[in-house]
Amino acid sequence: MATETVMEHDVDKHDDGGNAWSGAKSPFKASYGKLMMWYFLLSDAFTFAGFLIAYGAIRFSSPTWPVPDFVFSTAPFGVHDAPLIFVTIMSFLLIISSVTMVRAVQEGHRENKNGVVFWMLLTIVGGAGFLGCQAWEWNNLIGTEHMTVNTNPFGSHEFAGEYLDEKGGSFDAGDSYLIHGHTAENGEFQWDQRPVRYETGETTVEQFGPKSFGALFFFITGFHGFHVFSGVVFLLIICINVGSGLYVERKNGYEMVEKIGLYWHFVDLVWVFVFLVFYLL
Amino acid sequence: MANVSYEESIKKVYWGLTLLAIVTLVEVGVSLLGKGHIISGAEDMMWLVYLTGLIIIVLSIYKAYFIIYEFMHMRYEVKGLAVSVLLPTALLIWAIIAFFQEGDSWKNRRQQIKEKNQEKIDPQGMYDDSDVIRLDELG
Repeated sequence: MATETVMEHDVDKHDDGGNAWSGAKSPFKASYGKLMMWYFLLSDAFTFAGFLIAYGAIRFSSPTWPVPDFVFSTAPFGVHDAPLIFVTIMSFLLIISSVTMVRAVQEGHRENKNGVVFWMLLTIVGGAGFLGCQAWEWNNLIGTEHMTVNTNPFGSHEFAGEYLDEKGGSFDAGDSYLIHGHTAENGEFQWDQRPVRYETGETTVEQFGPKSFGALFFFITGFHGFHVFSGVVFLLIICINVGSGLYVERKNGYEMVEKIGLYWHFVDLVWVFVFLVFYLL
Repeated sequence: MANVSYEESIKKVYWGLTLLAIVTLVEVGVSLLGKGHIISGAEDMMWLVYLTGLIIIVLSIYKAYFIIYEFMHMRYEVKGLAVSVLLPTALLIWAIIAFFQEGDSWKNRRQQIKEKNQEKIDPQGMYDDSDVIRLDELG
């Protein structure tokens, strides 16, 4: 049948289908699996772009927005007032795991089974580390700072002014603040909104920040975290398959490792933009 | 790919790691500068805030380019594949412009409604009490 045609085309000898998409010739000189992974990633990029553009549009529509380096300034082990440090470490974890993935793909091209397993395991550790960091970040935001999908205790002052209670102090327009709270005797959580007076003379209490901030944060970083989680699961499965020698027989330069590599780099790529819009800008 | 030796390609990967790490650190530094953490008062200079924002966006796009072209090996794929994957994302430029414009418009409309609600509406002069004789004034 088509086996002879396949032999003629060098790129197609890796193809399991045998007949190179039945057209006797691979489009774009790529295997079916790799090309479809690219198009899946393209569609996924549009999903993420939809989320991030929604974030941008809502942020543009708000008169004030919580300043990210105030919101994200806590790190584990009691570190406070360290703006963006923890999330930079998280970014490094993803970048490093991306690099170890490149190494795994390289070892795959050399048909070096043990090398692939070693570098894939390091990638899995990096991905799991990122998930752990994200779990801590979420736990801190939900448990300590009481941010939820529809409550945003991180506000921003629209005008300059001063606090009226004994703590005193004045603030500038655009300053971000965290509304604190306490657990009442009946076990219910209560907010402690402090009275403030603006320079315009108007007196009010601390206002909650834009409601959508929490929902956008949890849904977008959650959707990305879910991608990381599925990536780790797939990496683990493929790593076990590599170790069992499944891909040795295929003699296609560990193409499966290459495909999961594409997905893993995409997860890193998305984080570049999540990091940009949520933390840096 | 094929004409690069194994040792050279390994070197290239670790160079890529260094590059991405440095770009990320620069991004964080520039971001903190724009928020006034490095030089206090910098956050009040609007031109600096916009400039730092622009620098961060450009660096992020560079990082994305590097990841796609080096780590995902787009450089070594057929040109048609690269175009068919990357060209559709150009549509997003339009989406970004349109939706940010829309968001800005929502803000202006809300502000307008707020201002209009605070206006006293009195087309017939009913609440202008300078020419109203009150009963209690008549005694």
